Amino acid sequence: MTQVTMTVNGKAVSGEVEGRTLLSTFLREHLGLTGTHVGCDTAQCGACTVHVDGKAVKSCNMLALEADGASVDTIEGQANPDGSLNAIQAAFQEHHGLQCGFCTPGMVMAAAALLKENPKPTEAEIRHHLSGNLCRCTGYHNIVKAIMAASGQDVAAVAAE
Amino acid sequence: MPKDHGIGASPKRREDLRFLTGAGNYTDDINLNGQAYVHFLRSDVAHGKINKVDTSDAEKMPGVLRIFTGADFEGVGGLPCGWQVTDRFGQPMQEPAHPVLAQGKVRHVGDPIAAVVAETPEQARDAAEAIVLDIEELPAVVDMKAALEDGAPKVHDDLTSNLCYDWGFVEENREAVDEAIKNAAHVTTLELVNNRLVANPMEPRVAIGDYNPATDESTLYTTSQNPHVIRLLMGAFVLGIPEHKLRVVAPDVGGGFGSKIFHYAEEAFCTFAAKQLKRPVKWTATRSEAFMTDAHGRDHVTKIELALDADHNFTAIRTETHANMGAYLSTFAPSVPTWLHGTLMAGNYRTPLIYVNVKAVFTNTVPVDAYRGAGRPEATFQLERVIDKAARELGVDPIELRRKNFITEFPYATPVAVEYDTGNYHATMDKLIEIADIAGFPARRAESEKRGKLRGLGINCYIEACGIAPSNLVGQLGARAGLYESATVRVNATGGIVVMTGSHSHGQGHETSFPQVIAEMIGIDESMVEIVHGDTANTPMGMGTYGSRSIAVGGSAMVRATEKIINKAKKIAAHLLEASEADIELKDGQFSVAGTDKSVAWGDVCLAAYVPHNYPLEDIEPGLEETAFYDPANFTYPSGAYACEVEVDPDTGKVTIESFAAADDFGNIINPMIVDGQVHGGIGQGIGQALLENCVYDENGQLLSASYMDYAMPRADDVPFYKVDHSCQTPCTHNPLGVKGCGEAGAIGSPPAVVNAVIDALQSGGYKVDHIDMPVSPARVWAAMHG
Repeated sequence: MTQVTMTVNGKAVSGEVEGRTLLSTFLREHLGLTGTHVGCDTAQCGACTVHVDGKAVKSCNMLALEADGASVDTIEGQANPDGSLNAIQAAFQEHHGLQCGFCTPGMVMAAAALLKENPKPTEAEIRHHLSGNLCRCTGYHNIVKAIMAASGQDVAAVAAE
Repeated sequence: MPKDHGIGASPKRREDLRFLTGAGNYTDDINLNGQAYVHFLRSDVAHGKINKVDTSDAEKMPGVLRIFTGADFEGVGGLPCGWQVTDRFGQPMQEPAHPVLAQGKVRHVGDPIAAVVAETPEQARDAAEAIVLDIEELPAVVDMKAALEDGAPKVHDDLTSNLCYDWGFVEENREAVDEAIKNAAHVTTLELVNNRLVANPMEPRVAIGDYNPATDESTLYTTSQNPHVIRLLMGAFVLGIPEHKLRVVAPDVGGGFGSKIFHYAEEAFCTFAAKQLKRPVKWTATRSEAFMTDAHGRDHVTKIELALDADHNFTAIRTETHANMGAYLSTFAPSVPTWLHGTLMAGNYRTPLIYVNVKAVFTNTVPVDAYRGAGRPEATFQLERVIDKAARELGVDPIELRRKNFITEFPYATPVAVEYDTGNYHATMDKLIEIADIAGFPARRAESEKRGKLRGLGINCYIEACGIAPSNLVGQLGARAGLYESATVRVNATGGIVVMTGSHSHGQGHETSFPQVIAEMIGIDESMVEIVHGDTANTPMGMGTYGSRSIAVGGSAMVRATEKIINKAKKIAAHLLEASEADIELKDGQFSVAGTDKSVAWGDVCLAAYVPHNYPLEDIEPGLEETAFYDPANFTYPSGAYACEVEVDPDTGKVTIESFAAADDFGNIINPMIVDGQVHGGIGQGIGQALLENCVYDENGQLLSASYMDYAMPRADDVPFYKVDHSCQTPCTHNPLGVKGCGEAGAIGSPPAVVNAVIDALQSGGYKVDHIDMPVSPARVWAAMHG
């Protein structure tokens, strides 16, 4: 077992992990941050997406030890300081961008990473960016729309409800 | 002005707040004190004789608590099948045993052989690798027709063959249908495959068994669409636990699409092992495990013949289908290719004679059962593809051929045993033509052609039977369950309401939409109503969510219970207002005496029910809580018309979806936003089936598509924005809300539109291609184009 230390959602945390412990396992099982979900074993579905040092990462595809010393952000740290939904989360609710909610944390984290790099993405850019995040419920329609809305674009013009 | 409240409004979903902040409570998020973990050692061969399972080394591994094998389950029940189909000779289907852990033989890749329970998941996995297996591999049967040949290896040695049943429907019509086809002016024949799919909810299955020795009570936490059904099946048929000693909890569930209806071995194992070990036992599926253990869907091979007279009226339909059951009968598997498929073969059309033959076949593959639509997509795909082919052969417009044969008078009794109560198929077609801008298609095709692309337009209609189902009818058809739904409406002393429903929400948004109904009925704010579901300990008996039944059946139960509440509350109000009960009216949360200004508020009546100082105790009991069970009188029949436009790249065979439009008739609608979302998701899955998804076994029964690296799920850049409309509404005539259900429509209605569009595109380029099996991959398109 090896000691690992990192900052998660602004708080310093540490724990003892095996070499094979995944970052997603560390977040879920050691820290109890169960908002990060695991939907596949092959880094395809993106439900486990978190930010490591500001970059979107599939946490089931990274060892906890690789994140030693890093700053990690998860869905639990995304709301505004007063607890209200941030702009992306609010847009997902406003535009019904989630149904069962399982892929949602990964979608929100992937969207946040996109908007940081590209504040006004086109529909095609959003769809391309989300190609590493699977959703089985929404057919992606309202997710794409929510991300466009979160970036301040008028979505009524591009897609009906 | 859209409504902002009650039925027809689109309030934002209340469940979103927890899902968007990581505060959902999915089964894998639950960890119990002292919890142990199980890892299943699964068969890596499709068919084999188990000579020996040597666990001696594995048992000595660190952290191992116990290793179970099939021998530990001798004397324990097997997984039951909930539907018995009678074949066309009047004989019951062949029904093999389905042990929790394999006994004697393994019958598909993924069949569980041993289960290691250890202190940590890693220790369980490590120890499983130390189990020494002696399995003699046997020849496997994968292809359904080969499985029925004389001398084919038998999946179950104690059955007479691999044929589960040979079903004919309607058997009495067989000769008349043969005659009609022989005498027809034109017969169009199509052979097709409805590709095998995997439901793939994003949350893999999880089960946690727990046992309390002090009370002798077992609890199962599981990813289920119907916790009461699991309690009944597992308690009564597998483990012998009476229902009052067994609690099943299905908390937040990350999608189901049918695959989480069924009772699975892992649920029974965890509950069993927790009692044996007196410790909670948890199992979390990996995605690869999900691929080789979740019940698969579809997998039909069909020949359909459509007979037409000289005026292009449909005169008869005859189909022959082979339907894959897999290695064992999953919970509702036998019903899918029969009663959920044969009864839908009339579609939206007047066809006086129909005969459906289905041979259900055992193979060395994962069990196959209901997946979103379940039987109805298979029926729709055959019918809507053969009609398109007929239109092409006859040189008539595919829309006009459909219109000519539409059912226009309701109620309409089909020749396949069901009676449609309402519908307006011309109206949905008219709406489709408008929203899909069919008139603009030639210009769009010309524009595509300028860019060297072939553009195609595909149209289809669909009908589905949902709101499953009248218990007395399904009982006659072989169901071993009733299919009612229940709800308890508990009004608290200060007027707030808790509804405990047997319906289960795993994405459908019941926590938001169900309160809209009660808010409308009583005239109070939706925030005063809370929905509780998913726990047998606090909800009445329920049959759960599948077959687009939640609002039509569960919602109706809630309405009936609320009606009882209102009737009782009116008696209390009449007493408080010193008026006759017959004169009491309820509006906007106020009970008033007709024709006077005397009134009493909802909250005051509720308080009086629980503080009955001034109360008609001689006539009614205190309290305000009612339960209703609702058993529907008929199925509901949503219908619609869909259009897809594709571009085909003639250089590569790649198909892109350029647009997709859906005009649906769901009857009355509670929450339009949620309905739109259900249709979007269904279309996404239908496009997935049509273009991408395929569950593939090789000839030895190895599952080649066991991860997202190999099974092509639709991604955001595979689909466009969809145009959906549900303004055509013919309300259901036999349930109190006039609702029909919307959950499966998109998945049922969309695959034929996509394939029809691809064929149209290829024909426009001069390619004489009249069918391509799904998924319509670039390789298949290319091969079809180049012979």
